[in-house]
Formats: sequence, structure tokens, C-alpha cells
Amino acid sequence: MTEVTLEVARPRRRSLGSVPFWLAAAILAGLAYRFSDYLPEWAVEYPRSWRLPIEPWISDAMKWLINDATFGLFTFQEFTRSIAWLFGWLLEAAYGLLAEGFTFGKGEEAFHIPHVSWLALIIVLVMLARRVSGRRLALFIAACFVYLAVFGQWSSAMITLASIVISVPFGVLAGLLVGIAAYRNAWVERAIRPVLDLMQTVPVFAYLVPILFLFGFGPVAAMIATMIYAAPPMVRLTVLALRGVPEEIKEYGRMAGCSQRQHMWKVMVPAAKSGLLVGLNQVVMLSLNMVIIASMIGAGGLGFDVLHALRRLAIGEGLEAGIAITLLAIALDRLSQAAANKPPKAHGSVRGATWLARNRLVVIAGVLLAGSIVAGALVPAVATYPESWTLTTGKFWDRVVEWLNINLFDTITIVKTWLLVNIMLPIKGFMVGLPWPVLLGVLAFAGWRLGGWRLALLPLALGAFVLLTGNWEKAMITVYLCGLSVVIAAMTGIPLGIWATGSSRRTGATLAVIDTLQTLPSFVYLIPVIMLFSVGDFSAMIAVVAFALAPAVRYTIHGLNQVPEHLVEAGRAQGCSRRQILWKIRMPLALPEIMLGINQTIMMALSMLVITALVGTRDLGQEVFTALAKADTGQGIVAGLCVAFIAITADRLIQSWSRQRKAQLGVA
Amino acid sequence: MRKFMHAAVAAGAFVMASAMPALAQAPESDEPIILTLHDWSGQYITTTIMGNVLKSMGYNVEYVQADYLAQFAGIETGDLTVAMELWDTTAAEALAASVATGNTIDLGETGMQAKEEWWYPIYMKEQCPGLPDWQALNDCAELFATPETGSKGRYLGGPVTWGGWDDERVEALDMDFEVIHAGTDAALFAELESAYQRQAPFLGWVYAPHWAPAKYEGEWVEFPPYSAECYNDPSVGLNPDIAYDCGKPSGLVRKAGWAGGEAIWPCAYEAIRAFRIDNTAMGELVAQVDLEGMSVDDAVNGWMDANEATWQSWTTCGS
Repeated sequence: MTEVTLEVARPRRRSLGSVPFWLAAAILAGLAYRFSDYLPEWAVEYPRSWRLPIEPWISDAMKWLINDATFGLFTFQEFTRSIAWLFGWLLEAAYGLLAEGFTFGKGEEAFHIPHVSWLALIIVLVMLARRVSGRRLALFIAACFVYLAVFGQWSSAMITLASIVISVPFGVLAGLLVGIAAYRNAWVERAIRPVLDLMQTVPVFAYLVPILFLFGFGPVAAMIATMIYAAPPMVRLTVLALRGVPEEIKEYGRMAGCSQRQHMWKVMVPAAKSGLLVGLNQVVMLSLNMVIIASMIGAGGLGFDVLHALRRLAIGEGLEAGIAITLLAIALDRLSQAAANKPPKAHGSVRGATWLARNRLVVIAGVLLAGSIVAGALVPAVATYPESWTLTTGKFWDRVVEWLNINLFDTITIVKTWLLVNIMLPIKGFMVGLPWPVLLGVLAFAGWRLGGWRLALLPLALGAFVLLTGNWEKAMITVYLCGLSVVIAAMTGIPLGIWATGSSRRTGATLAVIDTLQTLPSFVYLIPVIMLFSVGDFSAMIAVVAFALAPAVRYTIHGLNQVPEHLVEAGRAQGCSRRQILWKIRMPLALPEIMLGINQTIMMALSMLVITALVGTRDLGQEVFTALAKADTGQGIVAGLCVAFIAITADRLIQSWSRQRKAQLGVA
Repeated sequence: MRKFMHAAVAAGAFVMASAMPALAQAPESDEPIILTLHDWSGQYITTTIMGNVLKSMGYNVEYVQADYLAQFAGIETGDLTVAMELWDTTAAEALAASVATGNTIDLGETGMQAKEEWWYPIYMKEQCPGLPDWQALNDCAELFATPETGSKGRYLGGPVTWGGWDDERVEALDMDFEVIHAGTDAALFAELESAYQRQAPFLGWVYAPHWAPAKYEGEWVEFPPYSAECYNDPSVGLNPDIAYDCGKPSGLVRKAGWAGGEAIWPCAYEAIRAFRIDNTAMGELVAQVDLEGMSVDDAVNGWMDANEATWQSWTTCGS
């Protein structure tokens, strides 16, 4: 026991060694900022003439790809267009089945088959929920989908669902195949890792323009953008899950004389199933995150309803459609989680039963759905939930915001002004005025201390790209806005997480709030935020904090809960008070995990950048957004890469710190 | 959008039933004519009217959501066929560049006049009686000041992509204002709504045809009148050294389409060229949709019922 406490205590002394270093770095930066007048001009503002014309290079490469690239028999564009055609066809089928029905012929002699009935779909989903989990989930699913019907969101929700139903399997399959390749060959994994990093950190807006060029305008382009954004976790989780397959199972597969293909598909993949299902779950959630952005380029559905309502400042209507997205996301999440956690059926128990008996549920569902289509042709209310039965609370929310605006605006303004003048603007000035060689030097030194010379070179190389493309100032505004938001998110999120671990009920309630915040489209709260806080950095910061809070809370809860029980027990045995157990044992041990939460918070904050551009910030997000509006491929991709490079730098530094710390604490 | 399209299809069927006799001949091609939709209701309405008219002529019509400026890339390749609202005030350069490629053709005016300028709610006139004159506005600049802008007035401009030369205008006319750019249309009008609810000072970029001038009572600031020389030649205007020392241009709202479509659907293109609607009719339709909460289809059907002779006259091709 004493050994364990020593393990905890020792790094405290050792980490003291880094305090003077950070202090020195801070003083150096402060001095450089204060006396920047004495530094040569080029150190403060990177000269225009030292830039490289990378943007036009990328634009030209893109033009070549669209106009001239060819595989001999067909051009690159013909290749992408045929993919688009295939997806378009599938998507039309899904729309027809879920939302629009099928129409054959035109005009008078047109023959119409209605879509699947809302009622039948709810019943089938509830049956499914009962099967994979139990009554509680069944009730929850029923509530979610009844909301969609009663609040008049059904047909839009089905459009959104249709695109999810088509894009998720492809995203999952592609992720699985790439993941398997990476698992088999080390070089594939090495090659794919930076690509995955970029796919997750380059804002979607940055590559929308090339996608529009290659795949054409419309729902298909939106779907492909969604897949690019949502597939990387599937790849990562596939590799992780395959690695986690127990050695005995692999051995057994080999002994049974499997071919390589059989070994992978009949042994490894089924054995890794629960890990793979987590990947599926991630793909579903990320796809739903993209709903709003996808609707901007033609995906339609709920995302479009949110945008359209908020553009008319119908806040309540926007909120109702936004909640529909949240409920759809949470319902699909819970369903897929339940399926992932369901214990595998013992083999042999169903042997001898007929196919019909084994698949009773599938048959009932099929009959119900098909029957509902026929019934829907006869009775319209069966196919489509009648509009006269719908409710709306839109006006109520409009009035709430109006009341807040009239009564609280002045108070809010006082607080906001104080924060702006005393905290935000000075930090912004500091970040923008800080000479770039100083900041790069500090980052490189931090990298060297945390991970050796490789990690020291990384910020230098990525920073050089930002400088060469002339985006330094915008990048610094980005760092200021995201950095400040992350600090605030951490300062609220970590205490909230600590509070939430107090009891399981608190944990449940907190996680529900966090899930909602993360899946509710930020556009829904952005408009009321602008009404209360006006256009500017402050509104942007609030929106970023609201979105980025979730991982800070989630990882704190996770970190505290996974502290080994015997260490807490040891503390208790030594007579520690509750407070001492928290601060001397659980917090230090959970810190590496919490730092990973902060890492995720940074990623989330950066992914919100483009949304903050909608409020009118002047950062990299705005650059990406402007590039989209001007259909400038080069500008968009360069600015997107700059965002990604900030994310990667922060990620690598924090990851190494966390790893080092874990090793010191002996909890790795 | 699909919901809307779904209803639009229904509306099309309705129009078709009532307009069957007008269908003199079969359409030249079953290929769908793809109309672009943007993010403001007025554009929805014009596009839906045009779509319904084309459907009444027997054409296959599809709608696709596309960004206002990014759509030119799609029009040039033929992915998109027609854009119904291109404002001279914001898209003139992009349209000219696209027409220069030879793949896009200008399909003429829509009959609407775009107006955009600095705008204030009417209650500001009590505190600053000299309005709408721009010099009087400048004397009241402090009324519009916020802690962030210091003693300067705050003017909320449009998104950077709208252009508009407001930063240059402020400098050229030596005004005590700071230009803040709202990131989107929605952000701009959210702030206007907030100020209007509190009867607080507001100065921002408002344009017409739009629901805002119908919902909020207010006026446009009067700058020295716009001329092309004022924008191009620094020596013209009040400030001899800097251009942009005048108001914003008003302009036509145009239509444009894929050049290759002319050969596929000649009659459709003729109907699109013939499309005309004026600001008053448009203002009423926009108000119905955005202020009274009517659906786009109901509003459009209402207009089409009442103005059947007007839109029928666009479809006379070949007869």
C-alpha cells in the first residue's frame, strides 16, 4: 500500500521540474510581446513577399482533376459521376420507401405507391428496441418517434433517416475494409493515420467545393461529405477491435485450418463484433452531426427545416426541428448501443428450429411494413400523419426569447462588456501581436520536452505552412477564440463532471444534458445567442463553449470512475477525508484521462469554427466559409489545413503529455 | 426541402389539371430541368412559380438546394439548369465571369428591383431628426455606439461575401462608424429583431424585396446617389482621393441558366425569359410566407390562381 501512495506522490516532485520551464516560456512570450517594437519587422508580421502561392496550385490541380484527369477509358470526373449516379439511385429508393412513395408514369395515368406508414414504422422500431434491450428502451423509442409525428416533423425526419440509412452502411463498410487493411499491413496503417487525422480535423466546408465539382450538386454530394466526415472513427475502431481479439481465438482459427479470408471474416470480424458496433454507433452520431451542413448543399430534411425556420427568425419552429434531430440521434444511438452491448446468443440454442421460427420478428416486421403500404393507399392517414393532428409550441419559445431579450439584455450587456474589455480583447491583442518566431520556439521546445525531437519538428513544420500561406493572423485569432472557449469549457465542465460522479442519478441526468447539447444543431441556439449578445466574438465564444463542453464533462466522469478501486480503498484505510480522497487520489489519477477530454474539447471547439463564421468572426473559419461562397477550392483547402494543423499540434502535445503522465503514475 | 418539393409536386399536378388545354404540344425532352433554391423565401417563391409554370408545360422539373455563388460552377457544367434570382447588387461580377466562360447565359430580368442600403428603424428618427440624410446620420454616430466600437457608431454590414464596399464607404465619406460584418443573413436580422423588440438603436444592411422592411418600420439612409464613375473613379464624388463616396447601386434581379439547355428545352427557356414579377407582388408573397406563416406552395398557388393570364402568356412558345 505504501508503495502505491509513493507512486502517486513522487511525480509531484518531479513535475515541479517543469514549472520553471513553463514560467520561463510565459515570461519570454510576455517580454517578446511587450518589446515587439524592438524586434525586426519580419518577426512581428510575416512579410507578404515570403508567401508561397499554394492556393492557386491547389485550385489548378483541382481544375486538372475535373477537366483533364483520365484513366484511359474514362475520365476521373466520369468515374466520380458514376459513383454519384449509383448513390443517387439508392437514395431515391430510400426516399421513396420512407418519405415519398413511388410514382410511375406522369400526369393523369400516374400510379402512386405510398411510403411506409408512420404507425407501422413506429411499431417495428419499438419491437426492435424491446428485442435488443427491453421495455425501457422500447418506451423511449416510442416517445421519440411519436414526437416526430405529433410535432409535424415526420416527413422531414424520414428524409434525414433515408440519407442516414444509405450513407451509414457505406461509411461502415468502407471504414471496415480500410481498417482491416491497416490491421494486416503496418505500412497501410502508417499511411492512413495522417489521412484520418485530416479527415476529422479539416472542416467539412473546406472540401465541399471539390465535392460539388466532382459529384454534382444535390443530396448525393452532401451524403459523400457526410461519409468522409463520419468514417474515420470506424477505421480506428476496426483496427482497435481486431487487435483486441484474444490470442486464443486467433489460435483456434488457425488450428481449424482457416484460409486467410475465412480467418478474417469468420473468426476475427465476429470476435471483434462489439468493438465494431461501437464504430457503427460513432458513424451514426457523426452523420447526424452533419445534418445541418449537409442541408446547406441540398440534403434537405430536418437540417433544412432548422435553417429555413431560423432564417425567418422563427426560433420556436427551429427549436422543434432541432429537437427532432436530437431525438433521432439519441434514439439511433441508444438502439445501436443496445445492439452492441447485447450478449451474443449462445450457439446451438436455436438449432433445429425452422427459419421461420428463428426469424419470427423479421417476418412480422416485413408483413407489417408491406401491409401498411397497402393500407396507406386506401387510407391516407395511415401513410402520412394528418397535419390537423400536429401540435406546435413555436410561438411560446419565440415569446420566451423576446421576454429574455427585453428584460435581461441590459444586464447581460454589462457583464459582456466587462469580459470583452478586460479579458477577451487583451488576449486577442496578445495572440495577434506575439512575434511568430517566439510562439513557434515555445511550441517546439514543449514538443521536445514531451516527446523528443520528432515532436519538436512537428509544430515547426505545421507552423511553417500556416506562415507560408499567409494565414498566421487568422490562425492566431482562431487560437485565441478556441483557446479561451476551451479554458471556459474546462473550468465549467470539470467541476460539473466531479459533481456528476457523486451519484449514479446525477451521472445519468448530466449525461442526458450533455448528449442533447452535442446533438442539438448549434444553429438552433446561435440565433437566440445573437439576439441576446449581438454579433461578435462573445456570441461565437458562447456557441463554441456550449458545444465543446460535452467532452470535458464526459471524460472527467469517465476518468474519475475508472480510478482503480483499491487505490481509493487504500486512501480510505489511511483515514483520508472525502475531500482528500478526491484531490489527493482520484483527481491526480484521473488527470491523464481528463486531459484527453480537454483534447477532445479542443477538437470540438475547432470543428465549431465554421459555425462561428456565421456570426461574423474574422478567423480561419471565416476564410473557409468565404472560400465556399466563392467556390475557391485552393483557399478553402489551405484554410482547412491550417485549422487541421492547429488541431494536430494541440492533439500531439497533449497526447504525449498524457502518456508521459500516465507512465509516471503507473496507470498506463 | 423534400417536404417542400413533395408539396410542390402536388401543386404542379393541380396546376397541370387546370392548365391541360394550354399544353399544345409535348415537351421537347423528358430530361429534368433543375432549378436552384437558395436560402431566402423570395427566391423560393419565384423558383416555385417558374417550376409550376414549366410543369404546366409538361416539363420534368427538379429543385436542388445550392449556394448562391457556388451554384455557378454547377450551372456551367449543366448539373444545374436555371437560377431564378441573381441580384445585380451582389452577383453581378460572378454572373459576368460565368457568362464569359460561354457555358452560362443571361436569361434577362425578373422584373424585380433590388434595393439595398444602410437602414434604421423609424424610432431612431426621434433621436436623430435629420435622418435619412447621411450627414445627419454621421452627426448622430454616437447614438449607435456600443462599448466595443467606442465613440464610433456601429453599423452591422452583411456577410463578407456580399461585398458592398461599406468599409471603403465609411473611409471615403469620413464617417464615424465602424463596420461589423454579420456572418449570415440570419445573424443580421436576429440582431435587428432584438433591437426592435427593445426599441434600441440599430443601423444595418437591409435589402428588398425581403420580409424585414415589411415587418419592421424603418427607412434607408440617403447617401449621395450611386453612379458607376463614383465606384470606379476616385476623383468623382465628394472625396477626390477615394472611390465609393456614394450610396449602393440598386439593380435588376436577373435569371441565368446553363447555355447547353437552350438546345434541349427551347420553349422552356423562352418561358423562363418571359418570367416577370414586380416588387409589390413579390413583397406581398414574401410577407404571406415569412410573416403570416403560410407555406410557399399555398402562397404560390394563390398567386397563380389570381394571375393565370399573366403566367399563361409566358407559355406561348411555338403557337
